[in-house]
Amino acid sequence: MTGKEKLLYFLYLHRTGLTVTVLSLALLLYPLYQSNPYTLGLSNLIAINVIVVLGLALFIGFAGQISLGHATFFGMGAYGSAITTVTFGLPPWPAMVLVATLVGLFAWIIGVPILRLSGHYLAMATLGMNFVFHTVLLQWDQVTGGPSGFAGIPLLTLGSFAFDDEVRLHYLLWGFALLFLLLCLNLVRSGVGRGLAALAGEETAAAALGVNTQVAKLKVFILSAVLAAIAGSLFAHTYSYISPDSFDIFVATDFVIMVVIGGMGSVWGVLFGTGTITLLPEWVDFFETYKDFVHGGILVLVLIFLPQGLVAGLVDMVRVRMVLRRQKYASDR
Amino acid sequence: MLQIDKVSKHFGGLPALSQVSFEVTEGQVTALIGPNGAGKSTLINCITGILEPGAGRIAFRRQELTGLKPHQISRLGIARTFQNLKIFPRLSVLDNVLTGLTGKGGGSLLMAMLRLPYLRHRERQLKLLALNALDRFALTDKADWPAGILAYGDKKRLELARACVSEPYLLLLDEPVAGLNAEETADIAEQLRILRSAGHTMLLVEHDMELVMTIADQVVVLDSGRCIATGTPDDIRRNPLVLEAYLGSMEATA
Repeated sequence: MTGKEKLLYFLYLHRTGLTVTVLSLALLLYPLYQSNPYTLGLSNLIAINVIVVLGLALFIGFAGQISLGHATFFGMGAYGSAITTVTFGLPPWPAMVLVATLVGLFAWIIGVPILRLSGHYLAMATLGMNFVFHTVLLQWDQVTGGPSGFAGIPLLTLGSFAFDDEVRLHYLLWGFALLFLLLCLNLVRSGVGRGLAALAGEETAAAALGVNTQVAKLKVFILSAVLAAIAGSLFAHTYSYISPDSFDIFVATDFVIMVVIGGMGSVWGVLFGTGTITLLPEWVDFFETYKDFVHGGILVLVLIFLPQGLVAGLVDMVRVRMVLRRQKYASDR
Repeated sequence: MLQIDKVSKHFGGLPALSQVSFEVTEGQVTALIGPNGAGKSTLINCITGILEPGAGRIAFRRQELTGLKPHQISRLGIARTFQNLKIFPRLSVLDNVLTGLTGKGGGSLLMAMLRLPYLRHRERQLKLLALNALDRFALTDKADWPAGILAYGDKKRLELARACVSEPYLLLLDEPVAGLNAEETADIAEQLRILRSAGHTMLLVEHDMELVMTIADQVVVLDSGRCIATGTPDDIRRNPLVLEAYLGSMEATA
């Protein structure tokens, strides 16, 4: 191999690690270049959404299931942190761990019966779960504060260092997002991840290859719930105020749309999908007013023309093109 | 190695299998033949745990299979291919073969997320095994293709590679040459012969009589859910019952 080939091979071999490193560096330097707190606030919101959507992307794109109820786990994390820290006076970090554990347990208990369903039925069941949760938030106002929301949630601190401005929050939230991104990338490149990809492709074949389909679905469901709960806790501590509207079914469907834009079976697509959908209403006023129409329209168009999702669909197309071109080149020679 | 003992299966009132008994001997190729609707696929599905037999028992290496889930049966060392291909079109060819090693990749979600050095090491070993299998089935140069764009014959070979890569004790092959042309069939037959000489045990469901007669050590004939004959290919060729039920009608139409 020549030097150039060696370098290219090295880049190819370590492509995942290198991309994560480059992304981390870019995010590390971003606040130096961008100091507008509004813009930083937006990118922080993207980071929070990324954590939820990563888990959901594993559940939809890899385990091949559907959930229209992940705002439930997101909200449970947020309200859980709010209640444990304000009402019970627990310190935020242990509260976050406790809440994530409890949400994981909840996902386990509800996942056992709910994951016997599939397709439309699973979508309806998870949608129902989100409706119930949203109603509980609105009605149980002694605990949740009802429609007026829950205020006065403490900031996260490390010793005397408080995450109180956008720049500090940027490092905290993107730190979490990158950590989970890396963990998810590891997962999909492992034997377990391939088992999940097999499950998404063809359940009978996956079982015949030794994948315990029921348990695998449940594990991913719990993992995605825990990620959503952690994101919810971060959300609560970032904004100090939460209200039921942040956790209704439209939020839940927005999470699904982010997965669909990013694509099934693509972890990197999550960043793109989440970024696009979070920023769309900011770019054009039209999108702000008709948000639900636009999101619905995007969902329909993507699913008609690229059923495996926008980014993943385009990547698949490029891969096929490349293979065909190489084959033609080989036969010409 | 695999004992099938008086297995019956009814769909509604319709008997798909009634009192089927035979044995698959270690190191041999057992062919399962019979006209369409004879119950061959039902039997395969009963062995692999997709269907539960209504009566009778199936034992593999002295272990009872009835009541086990498909993934548990797979982990005992039974691999299969499907009559209508079930490859994963969006995964690369190499990843498709790697899914055949799911049982060996470690089952812990948390460990997979941490990707500790021992797991990287194991990943590398699995990849070597998979590349080896691809090499055996002449698919190495297409390793990074998305499996969906392979030609039909290549897909059939890929499924075979995926089933073989884990070195299973027993291979269930559901019509491995269905829909292939003569050249591709000869190619698969050659692969099966190599597998047999390497000591693999196979249960082969096939309509291609030439392949069955040249490769099988033992032939089991099913007709309307009943096992009507068992024996060497030569015995089967001369068995009047079989000729009437199956081969006879074939010769008449040929």
